[in-house]
Amino acid sequence: MSKVGTDRVKRGMAEMQKGGVIMDVVNAEQAKIAEEAGAVAVMALERVPSDIRAAGGVARMADPTIVEEVMNAVSIPVMAKARIGHIVEARVLEAMGVDYIDESEVLTPADEVFHLNKRDYTVPFVCGCRNLGEAARRIGEGTAMLRTKGEPGTGNIVEAVRHMREVNAQVRKLVNMSVDEVMTYAKDLGAPYEVLLDIKENGRLPVVNFAAGGIATPADAALMMQLGADGVFVGSGIFKSDNPANFARAIVEATTHYEDYELIAKVSKGIGTAMKGLEISTIAPEQRMQDRGW
Amino acid sequence: MVRIGVLGLQGAIREHIRSVEAVGAEGIVIKHKEQLDEIDGLILPGGESTTMRRLIDKYEFLEPLVNFGNQGKPIFGTCAGLILLANEIVGQENAHLKLMDMKVERNAFGRQRESFEAELVVKGVADDFEAVFIRAPYIVGVGPEVEVIATYKGNIVAAKQGHYLCSAFHPELTDDHRLTGHFIEMVEESQRPAATV
Repeated sequence: MSKVGTDRVKRGMAEMQKGGVIMDVVNAEQAKIAEEAGAVAVMALERVPSDIRAAGGVARMADPTIVEEVMNAVSIPVMAKARIGHIVEARVLEAMGVDYIDESEVLTPADEVFHLNKRDYTVPFVCGCRNLGEAARRIGEGTAMLRTKGEPGTGNIVEAVRHMREVNAQVRKLVNMSVDEVMTYAKDLGAPYEVLLDIKENGRLPVVNFAAGGIATPADAALMMQLGADGVFVGSGIFKSDNPANFARAIVEATTHYEDYELIAKVSKGIGTAMKGLEISTIAPEQRMQDRGW
Repeated sequence: MVRIGVLGLQGAIREHIRSVEAVGAEGIVIKHKEQLDEIDGLILPGGESTTMRRLIDKYEFLEPLVNFGNQGKPIFGTCAGLILLANEIVGQENAHLKLMDMKVERNAFGRQRESFEAELVVKGVADDFEAVFIRAPYIVGVGPEVEVIATYKGNIVAAKQGHYLCSAFHPELTDDHRLTGHFIEMVEESQRPAATV
């Protein structure tokens, strides 16, 4: 008897992406550039986060035509974003055969209270987190992969760094804690107790945790790997740079060899100008994507 | 104690190291081709085969990997690693290392939603092996030198050819280390003076 959609199958899919770069693309041509550069997966979108930020209004799941076009263009896995709590967008993407769904704060949330019950689906999910409480709640709901939220579409790495450090520091704290302190920690974090116990026992999160939200250069990608990311998502950083193919290749190499500084210097040379960045303090509080979801 | 390298360019590297250590061998992550001289056997892990191939080319790993195999040193490829070992890939003009005489099809079981786990008979290894298949390939045909050691619904999902071993599933994602243990035995065997290949 075979079983589909088990935790092992869903989490295992994310394990296979480790050490790799997942790139945002908006059409078949960009998807091919990403695959050619060595991306381990692509995220099919209607607009990259910096354009979503610029356009304003309500951001929704991409037109299925775009997702389909990307799925037909490449043999690597294809991910797509659904709005937080939007059961039907998620089911539509699952029905289309998307390999992974990002329940994403980059899109305008459909539900301000509840995230999706991701255990219900055969398709695996990735969700954003800023701290261990958020990470553990998403794991409790059945996410098979995590990523930092960072601040999407800014080309500014500071928030992703904050979130990666926070999650990892809290995991270390939990691991070193005495078991009788865990329940209070669960209460303080708003985290499911059993998920925390499991993390404590194994010494690490039960799913991979990628970096996302603000990666714009090869050095940014390598920085996140050094801080303990299992891999990276690059949203606007590739196709908003002035030479996407160069940036894509250089970011893949810097992610693989994140401790080889001579190599990172070499791959960073003459690749063109990175996307224009955005200082976080200039973003109005209601425009901050990382505050969406809980 | 034998030293087993895991090609460390991309994919499920940590899990293979854990599995290798669980069966009492030493596991080393191979990031540079020079490190191939330090090991007795090599595992090509699961991951994205197109990404791995790009990095193999970028860091001039292709020839050293082929030489490693040609020296009689055992190689075990899982999922993407199986694709790297094959001498023919359905729908592609070129294959990669071409060390095993077999034709493989990528993502042959379908997309992620079709990914599954099932219990398998793996000849000489186990009658109840918990196999995890993720966007897995399978082998559509093998040459006379290749021994089929596992099938699922008539499709070949594990095979052996001399000192090469491959599986379409991921033994490293479970706590069942018997297939890894079998590979370690192959490595130990290859080191005995009489065992020339």
